[in-house]
Amino acid sequence: MTSSQNIETSLSSNTATDSVPAWKQEGAEPFLRIENLTKKFGEFTAVDNISLDIYKNELFCLLGGSGSGKSTLLRMLAGFETPTSGRIIIDGTDMSGIQPWKRPVNMMFQSYALFPHLSVADNVAFGLKREGVGRAEVKQRVAQMLDMVQLGHLGKRKPHQLSGGQRQRVALARSLIKRPKLLLLDEPLGALDKKLREETQFELVNIQEELGVTFVVVTHDQEEAMTLATRIGVMNHGVIVQTDEPHDVYEYPNSRFVARFIGSVNLFAGFVVQDEPDAVHIESAEAGTTIVKHHGISCAPGQEVSVAVRPEKISISYERPTDADNILEGEIEDIAYMGSLSVFRVRLNSGKEVRVTQPNFDRHVGDRFTWNDKVFLSWKSDSTVVLTS
Amino acid sequence: MKRRSWFLNLSATAGFIFLYAPIVALIVYSFNKSKLVTVWGGWSLKWYTELFNNEQIIEAAWLSVKIAFISASLAVVLGTLAGYAMSRFGPFRGKMILSGWVTAPLVMPEVITGLSLLLLFVAMERIFGWPSGRGTGTIIIAHTTFCMAYVAVIVQARLSSMDESLEEAAMDLGARPSSLFFLVTLPLIAPAIISGWLLSFTLSLDDLVIASFVSGPGNSTLPMVIFSKVRLGVTPEVNALATLMILIVAVGVIAAMYQMRRQARLLERLDNN
Repeated sequence: MTSSQNIETSLSSNTATDSVPAWKQEGAEPFLRIENLTKKFGEFTAVDNISLDIYKNELFCLLGGSGSGKSTLLRMLAGFETPTSGRIIIDGTDMSGIQPWKRPVNMMFQSYALFPHLSVADNVAFGLKREGVGRAEVKQRVAQMLDMVQLGHLGKRKPHQLSGGQRQRVALARSLIKRPKLLLLDEPLGALDKKLREETQFELVNIQEELGVTFVVVTHDQEEAMTLATRIGVMNHGVIVQTDEPHDVYEYPNSRFVARFIGSVNLFAGFVVQDEPDAVHIESAEAGTTIVKHHGISCAPGQEVSVAVRPEKISISYERPTDADNILEGEIEDIAYMGSLSVFRVRLNSGKEVRVTQPNFDRHVGDRFTWNDKVFLSWKSDSTVVLTS
Repeated sequence: MKRRSWFLNLSATAGFIFLYAPIVALIVYSFNKSKLVTVWGGWSLKWYTELFNNEQIIEAAWLSVKIAFISASLAVVLGTLAGYAMSRFGPFRGKMILSGWVTAPLVMPEVITGLSLLLLFVAMERIFGWPSGRGTGTIIIAHTTFCMAYVAVIVQARLSSMDESLEEAAMDLGARPSSLFFLVTLPLIAPAIISGWLLSFTLSLDDLVIASFVSGPGNSTLPMVIFSKVRLGVTPEVNALATLMILIVAVGVIAAMYQMRRQARLLERLDNN
């Protein structure tokens, strides 16, 4: 199968027509199994009893803020930190007591950690030479790898003579040359500027699919996680709060933390007033109305919940919409024109501020609304997310 | 360019004259033809020829160079290990005290270092019969001790400015700790080691106080010979010798500084792009 076919199948796998991903299959064998992993630094618990299965050919993103424990988890996979308790099993082998230089794992460092005294080619060759691979083979494999990352002509340069993007690719080549079963990437795109990041993101996905390596990526950048990942694990305070496909993490967050951490969101505090088999009614003083959510979730009347609505799911209009399930009233307080979309800050009668984004699908959409206009905000029932935690 | 005030010019000039006038006078008088040190009798190189025919001085100079070479080399090995341990051992109880101890010889008065080493050598000789008597060996040990402190400080500074993930990357790529040290750490701290060696060499070469304490009969280093000669009156020969020593020390110090500069620039370049 050629690589372009590979990419197509993976793109269409999001719609789950041709193949069911491994993590949805009953009894699929995980490639990397993390069992009750805990790491304490003195009194501080950096990683708190995490269990996680990652499957072959996945590009798994650990997403979290600083201090969430994501880097510690990655460093335990590489063997730089010893777990306080729990196990890491890679491809059926327990990694306990196995030193970093013996693990079938390679890592791409956030700082790239290129050896400044070695040329690009020698940097890439470093891992192979430690394995005792013959000189001719080293030369051939290094050349091949440098060609893959489009640096074939720069092999003789020293790292300090390269641009940031070129160094990033050298670091990637160096971490891939030993054909690791598992590649760990620590903020791989963190040091690149925005344009370069976007290009590199797609390149990274292509390489991953071409080589069939399992990737575990640590990042604090939710956009990066969304574009790269097959699945995202959202971390907070040493715990994985939610593990899902990017689409599900965004559309079906399981907690206020996840909803707020990924993208922006409007949260309304309220309580359940009516729990019908096919709908939940939530009264929210903040929203100034009763919010409806069809296809109910399990909750009891009187239970305190939060309602989450993404800014782009809300429509803004002068006339009261007739077909919407949920309607709020307010006044436009601020408008930010962002080019492709406009962001409105609308103050509800309750005093609550709501963020609404509207795509500028024609040139004059942005001009239609102006400051202090009285508007109606509306959204459909199925855009409502009810959060109990 | 901004014009500097007359006061700034004056103080700079005065400072330089204060520092270098004696040295310049010494260098100029080393080329004096006259036998009287204080009377100028025209230019000549005769004191240099005389110097090279003076066996006592040549012997002492050769001994000093040997001692400086050996103690600088030993100091580099021990100092590098100490610096490496201090920067890579991670936090441990008493780390502050240990690094304080390692650097103490830098600020310790030489008389005290010399005296305490002498007492130690005498006591050791009495207890295990080694070192038997004092001489070249004890001078080397003494010089290694205080030079090692300088090397440790320089190496530690270099290591702490080095990205630790470089070493992790090497391990990750299959390098065991031993080969990691020789393949990655050592090449990266090499400039610091070289400047440490050069500094140790010059420090050992011009040490008088410590050497006087721990040397034995017939083992006079060059500074000791000069000092004893000067006590009998300064001869133009000593001026010539001093000029040569200034030359050697200056070359050593400049080379050490050049090394440090070069490495600082390299690091800067690496951080910038």
